[in-house]
Amino acid sequence: MTVYFRSLLLMAFCFLTINSYAQKHKKIAAKKPAASLSASVAAGQKVYMQYCVSCHQVDGGGVQHMNPPLIKTTYVLGDKSKIIKIVLHGFSEDVDINGDSYSNTMPSFDMLKDQEIADVLTYVRNSFTNKASAVKVSEVTALRGKK
Amino acid sequence: MKNKFLITSLLSTVAVVGLLSFTTPGKKHITTHAATPASLKLPAGFKADVIAENLGTTRHIATTPQGDIYVKSNFNARRNKDAKGITVLHDNGDGTTTVKSKFGDFSGTGVYIKSGYLYASSDEEVFRYKLNDKNEVIDPTKPERIVTGLISRHEHEAKAILLDNAGNLYVNIGAYSNSCQEKDRQKGSMGQKGCPILDSAAGIWQFKADKPDQHYKDGVRYATGLRNVVGMDWNTELNQLFVMQHGRDQLHDIFPDMFTVQQSALLPAECLYAIKKGDNAGWPYIYYDQQQHKKILAPEYGGDGKKTGGENAIDPAVAFPGHLAPNGLLFYTGNQFPAKYKNGAFIAFHGSWNRAPEPQAGYFVVFQPFKDGKPFGDWEVFADNFAGSPENVASGHAEHRPCGLAQAADGSIYVTDDSKGFIYKITYKK
Ligand code: HEC
Repeated sequence: MTVYFRSLLLMAFCFLTINSYAQKHKKIAAKKPAASLSASVAAGQKVYMQYCVSCHQVDGGGVQHMNPPLIKTTYVLGDKSKIIKIVLHGFSEDVDINGDSYSNTMPSFDMLKDQEIADVLTYVRNSFTNKASAVKVSEVTALRGKK
Repeated sequence: MKNKFLITSLLSTVAVVGLLSFTTPGKKHITTHAATPASLKLPAGFKADVIAENLGTTRHIATTPQGDIYVKSNFNARRNKDAKGITVLHDNGDGTTTVKSKFGDFSGTGVYIKSGYLYASSDEEVFRYKLNDKNEVIDPTKPERIVTGLISRHEHEAKAILLDNAGNLYVNIGAYSNSCQEKDRQKGSMGQKGCPILDSAAGIWQFKADKPDQHYKDGVRYATGLRNVVGMDWNTELNQLFVMQHGRDQLHDIFPDMFTVQQSALLPAECLYAIKKGDNAGWPYIYYDQQQHKKILAPEYGGDGKKTGGENAIDPAVAFPGHLAPNGLLFYTGNQFPAKYKNGAFIAFHGSWNRAPEPQAGYFVVFQPFKDGKPFGDWEVFADNFAGSPENVASGHAEHRPCGLAQAADGSIYVTDDSKGFIYKITYKK
């Protein structure tokens, strides 16, 4: 009985190790841009949970009439320089975001590093059902200090 | 061949259209809605019906003894050029409600009836319409502008209004800021010295009820240090103004070293204040901590979550948990509900957002008993489940969000929902 059980455990252990080894291998073997995208998304999620979540919510759904959603909006999926500037300078204008207007003030996050801003925007553009290209650090650096 | 087909299909289209317009004679916007049971949780003996649906972003609500209901709505004027800000309903008393008319081309929150006039606000102005002896608006196209030029800066812009029995109009002017920081809502930014916002906002202003085109200089700052008030009511027993303040947001976001995410989700209190002329509730220098039962110095002004402050600021009459967003206040003066409700306060909590990533809360109507003009005993949730489920509450994806409150002629109460434009009627059956 116990022998049977032990060998079962051993088998399971072997299977898991081999499996995880194979997965690790796959990751390393993957193309470089995909790897850096997932790293940026993971780092960006941390920034998001620290600085953006209280207004835009865990699922990016925002708050009706107050804080806009980050789900497939023309801003999120559109011109990257626009959203980089929104994060650098803040945003409080009377505009429509996918048909609705929102009344709250988004502060400037210019205390974040260029890397953090690139990561958080890459996370936003690749979460909440969004799919769009990564925001590069160099794109943030180029816009910092410009109005 | 092709032409013939085109002509026949054209002809049949004309016929169908003709038939349609024939079957809806004099197609005005008069529609009657049969009440449907609402899935609200209420104390034993109460029932709730939905008496109107899909009226838009319905905010505050006012009623007449004749059974008319005036509902004020917000709308996006850029997108809806023809939208109307005031909807008139009639409660037929037989379980049906008729949409009588819509008028007023301004979006906004406030509506109130007093001494033969209907008052209604946009986010910058207050208007009034003369009523006939049946409390119907005589000329919906020509309101008289009573107040103009009020500050509205993309944050806390709703102007709640009410009138007293002495010919005065009260208007809430919310602060266009969270905590009067140098940079609004920015991490670590400190408070502006001698917060300049208090000069023109973050308080209740008093104007004359009947003088046209008043500006700030014609009004009196009746109470100050109130960050943002949406729910307010005149307590007729005490002949006194009561207001519900929306407490500040983002203690953790702005001062992460002093406040945990969990503390920030619960603090500070949403406060009910009994207001006397000249009162100061202390914003932005202090906030009320309902756990320590103290006025605490705001971190923007040197506080650390423990140091107290605001020696000259009034204490709340009742302190509720943080971020629940009180948008409606109603002192119950009817005779339909059981005796314990008489002269007590109903508060519509719109529901939180600023608790994320902690679970959200609110989306209910609370009852606070009063005795001899003072809060008496603990508050209780009166009407719950506007959100649709506990999961919707926690995630903040509420189906409906209670906003305005009013008492019906028969002593029932109405609750508006500014998410889907439902109007609820809550009645008590003996
Ligand atoms: C205090 C609340 C608040 C915080 C915190 C906040 N935002 Fe915003 N955000 C807003 C508001 C309000 C707007 C819309 C402003 C307007 O309408 O003028 C907005 C707009 C946006 C937009 C463009 C509109 C859209 O919805 O697509 C993006 C992108 C955005 N925010 C990303 C972020 C990111 C990333 C963070 C964190 C680094 C963040 N926000 C933090 C409130 C906030």
